[in-house]
Amino acid sequence: MRSSSRTSPAGDAIVRGLIVAALLVIAALCIYPVLYTFSVSISASVAVASNEVVLWPIGFSTTGYKLALEHPNFLQSYANSIFYTFVGTLYSLILTIFAAYVLARKGLIGRNFFMFMIAFTMLFHGGLIPYVLVVKDLGLLDTRAALIIPGAVAVYLLIIMRTVFQSMPESMEEAAKIDGAGDLRILFQIVIPLNRPVIATVALFYAVSRWNDFFSGLIFLTEKDLFPLQLIVRDLVVSMSDNFVKDAMQTREYGGMTPMGLRCAVIFLSMLPLLVTYPFLQKYFVKGVMIGAIKG
Amino acid sequence: MPKTIRKIIVDRYMYVLLLPVLLNFIIFHYIPMWGLQIAFKDLDIIKGIAASPWVGFKHFNEFFHSYYFWQLIRNTLLINVYLLVFGFPAPIILALLLNEIKNKLFTKTIQTVVFLPYFISIVVVVGMIKNMLSPESGIVNVLITSFGGEPIAFLTEPKWFRAIYTMMDIWQSTGFTAIIYIAAIMGIDSDIYEAAEIDGAGRFGQMWHVTLPGIKQTIILLLILKLGNILNVGWQEIILLSNSLTAEVADVIQTYVYFKGLLNADYSFATAVGAFQSAIGFIVIVIANRLAKKYSDTYLW
Repeated sequence: MRSSSRTSPAGDAIVRGLIVAALLVIAALCIYPVLYTFSVSISASVAVASNEVVLWPIGFSTTGYKLALEHPNFLQSYANSIFYTFVGTLYSLILTIFAAYVLARKGLIGRNFFMFMIAFTMLFHGGLIPYVLVVKDLGLLDTRAALIIPGAVAVYLLIIMRTVFQSMPESMEEAAKIDGAGDLRILFQIVIPLNRPVIATVALFYAVSRWNDFFSGLIFLTEKDLFPLQLIVRDLVVSMSDNFVKDAMQTREYGGMTPMGLRCAVIFLSMLPLLVTYPFLQKYFVKGVMIGAIKG
Repeated sequence: MPKTIRKIIVDRYMYVLLLPVLLNFIIFHYIPMWGLQIAFKDLDIIKGIAASPWVGFKHFNEFFHSYYFWQLIRNTLLINVYLLVFGFPAPIILALLLNEIKNKLFTKTIQTVVFLPYFISIVVVVGMIKNMLSPESGIVNVLITSFGGEPIAFLTEPKWFRAIYTMMDIWQSTGFTAIIYIAAIMGIDSDIYEAAEIDGAGRFGQMWHVTLPGIKQTIILLLILKLGNILNVGWQEIILLSNSLTAEVADVIQTYVYFKGLLNADYSFATAVGAFQSAIGFIVIVIANRLAKKYSDTYLW
């Protein structure tokens, strides 16, 4: 129990109250933009147009969402992102598990060399242009593979997984070996089942980064059909280079719609999977960060 | 020798498992490093790398003497200074504040909320910023005008850019980094707190004399990493957030590489610029690590 011995109990209560207030303000600041976006997206167009919406929705309207779903590329890019996330995470996960398992094996010859080779890439890299040229020379530009294969392994996640694998008791592996199990069987029947939490955490980190990835699509793709969600969102919301909204506003059906209303609907739709799964998965993320922090 | 070879043969399946990852790193990280030589050549796409002529430091010279050079460096460094001064202490303060509250439910809830922005994609964050700061309909300007002020064109006036960028970065990353510090604080021996209390230290005294020194190692480590990135700035965010009007303050080395190299296909030149940045970044992080080794007992390697 840490009670202060200098300040009076009343003084201490005030300080604690201030700290709580500060934390509440910080939390509110974190949530407000999300809440605001949601409110605008479902408010009546009239209210949005006259800037009445501040925190809570005013009126009700799903025009923004209807419009978003009618956009030629929006749904397609949503499906694309789901594909990239799912396949990409699977690919990254498999590679990372294999590498972590191998690099955790103490007696392996060349282990330190390989570890150094991989870790070095965190310090120095060839730059953007050579990276793109390599992908280009492999014929991967404007392909789905370009969003899955390059950059599949995150070194820090590999290190985290390796650390956890290393902390498994050696006796288990030895017992399995005595029973005649080969390296592969040990991996699939012992290591993976026993380390489900860290594997889940790493998988989640990969999934989130794939879903949010805008960079890969930006530099590798020009075909709109292949665009991940973030790229379409960017055209609609950030660079505003998409004429869809302007054209739609000309029609009678969507005449009252504001660009803002549409933008907020688009933003919210793209955040939706994340917002929905976040409360349940959050503890995995926190644990993952903590493992990474403590190791290193 | 035979013993080593025997071990390799016994372990052969391990190397097979490792192969895909190694290939990934060789192809996408090390081959581009070999491709850095483009910086010293005049790359002709048709002829290929090998047949393109060597030009030595021509591109580097062009870059260093160009009007842009100092502007880019200034922008990069200034943004990083802002981030260091405001962004670096923020998660530490947050972790310290959270540490003061006993109620687990409260702290867990705050932590959950504050961690959320990290997972929102950068496109969405910039989108929300553009929405909220827009001159006609942005909520910030609505509030300003309702108090009788004039709307401010936040996104097109250069003088606001750094502040907005810094705040955006803080909003997104503070919750995440705070967790690292919280983990570090948990590792502090509670005996030290008791000793401090016996010595008469109050809440803030304990914070200053126990908690902060206790996480000193983590702070130094994160500071080294941040300094190592001194020439890197979130260029994707900048591309999204800036426009031609704010370009003079917003353009950093990497956005320049992107625009000149990828969009203008000025491959050799852009590679030279990128190589410059990689080299400096590498040197800086080596120096920072050496300094950390010398003056504290925390270091990266």
